[in-house]
Amino acid sequence: MSRNIDELKLQANTIRKDILRMIYNIQSGHLGGSFSMVEMLTALYFDEMHYDPKDPSLKDRDRFVLSKGHTAPALYATLANAGFFPKEKLMSSFRRIDSMLQGHPDMKKTPGVEMTSGSLGIGLSAANGMALGNRHQGIGARVYCMIGDGEINEGQIWEAAATASHYHLDNLVAFTDVNGLQNDAETKKVKDMLDIGAKWKAFGFHTIEIDGHDFNQIFAALDEARAKKGVPTAIISHTVKGKGVSFMENVVAFHGKTPTKEEYENGMQELENAI
Amino acid sequence: MKKSFRSTLINAITKSAEEYPDMVVLNADSARALKLTEFSAAYPDRMIGVGISEADLIGTAAGMASTGLIPVVVGFSMFVSEKPFEQIRQAIAYPNLNVKIVATHSGLCVGQDGATHQALEDMAVIRSLPNFKVFAAADVTETEAALQAMLKHDGPAYLRLGRDLAEDIFDGNKSFTPGGADVLREGDDITIAACGLMVEQALIAAAGLKSQGIGATVINAYSIKPLAETLLFEKAKKTGAFVTAEDHSVIGGLGSAVCEYLSQTCPVPVIRVGVPDRFGESGSQDELYRKYGLTADDIIAAAKKAISMKTMNTKG
Repeated sequence: MSRNIDELKLQANTIRKDILRMIYNIQSGHLGGSFSMVEMLTALYFDEMHYDPKDPSLKDRDRFVLSKGHTAPALYATLANAGFFPKEKLMSSFRRIDSMLQGHPDMKKTPGVEMTSGSLGIGLSAANGMALGNRHQGIGARVYCMIGDGEINEGQIWEAAATASHYHLDNLVAFTDVNGLQNDAETKKVKDMLDIGAKWKAFGFHTIEIDGHDFNQIFAALDEARAKKGVPTAIISHTVKGKGVSFMENVVAFHGKTPTKEEYENGMQELENAI
Repeated sequence: MKKSFRSTLINAITKSAEEYPDMVVLNADSARALKLTEFSAAYPDRMIGVGISEADLIGTAAGMASTGLIPVVVGFSMFVSEKPFEQIRQAIAYPNLNVKIVATHSGLCVGQDGATHQALEDMAVIRSLPNFKVFAAADVTETEAALQAMLKHDGPAYLRLGRDLAEDIFDGNKSFTPGGADVLREGDDITIAACGLMVEQALIAAAGLKSQGIGATVINAYSIKPLAETLLFEKAKKTGAFVTAEDHSVIGGLGSAVCEYLSQTCPVPVIRVGVPDRFGESGSQDELYRKYGLTADDIIAAAKKAISMKTMNTKG
């Protein structure tokens, strides 16, 4: 498969601008952790995954579960750009009353959202259930799950990790978005999970560590995961929280802080200049 | 004759396997205790065990449901309702996924295992969740009927069972519909609405009341949510007083549900027989039922009290 990395970079840039617009527009939402996973979402939705935006319930579709549900803006912007719903919804609907784009993902309100999430720790269990359900029904589709590096404080993630491994779910890929920051502070200060890759490995996952902003590394990992049989794959993606806007990068406050008018304008300018 | 909930449950699940090819059974290291191994022997690929991981159990069931399967989660009540409550809320109730939870070992009837294993609040918490139906089975016949009704219904449902044996009240055949209830006996002075193992006690109490010249209507209120509202209203009008009876805390279960409904439609005295606001302890089921006020005699006393209150609030 020939992948046009330049085009994907352009797509990622568009998604970042959409995310910044959405959050500035409603003055609410999580920027930092949305920006850190944009390349992974772009790689999944604009190359890797099989789906039909006109038929979101396609039986043999690949599925993506956003376990770190607070970063819904990135998922919504990606889904809109992928054609699941009109892009104008990003501005008119996100976090508003009577809307299809809730503050956290809602599978019954938003086409393309595969699992309701927002309470951390549950997504990998659900992704396992999908992988088991597909396998049980002879559907060869793949399931991708995005987990935060703060979220792995949750015990349920490790319950689910053991389940995925026990059932040899080689149709499952668990990303950990290691941006190094969580709500209160640096992940290592809040609760140091030590060697994250070693943990997934110890739970029986085929483990790959990558730069989560490098498309070539993301695709190499996804190809490797597809080829790996008998075990699930964990992709440990080292990323930068707030990636793409210099003054948001690696700043704890931009976990949930919304940009001022000046920050918004400067941020948009930076993203414009990046292409 | 007393019959076992557990044996009935596994027979009912196994019997439903052909009719519902999408049904899968999930458990968390309780397959042997609940005799689920009989199902997995017949359908090895339709049984998922996740080990002692109840949060994961619920999340996995939600994911499987999203692919079109019908997951039936089976476990001890405490560990499939209260322990993973938040997962049930977020991953099953809120997205309205087609997951069934069958909870054994509910209430003081657990006996010797003691307070940690006696779920006295499961109906209270699950009943508070939108989209959930909450049922309790009084005997083995009703267990089988309930399972069928749950599988037929598209959406989340919770079924509460006792630990071990139950008197066979319905003897092989009964209807079971969400929002339904059975009138087991008619009387003009008081209505006793009971669920689960307390239905048997309610029938004994009604016979005792009759010998004292008091006529009791007995309702098997197996559908705690939705309630059999029309029937409750009619009986409140007719008898003017209620007793509820359940092996559950008096807070949040059937008694609360009946009070919530009648207080807004046909306010009559309601005395709730159930576990007072406290935890249980070890002991036999009979000992615990006596100590915590869950006997037919307690229902009789409650009935007399409710009847005496009929005129209490009348002005003048």
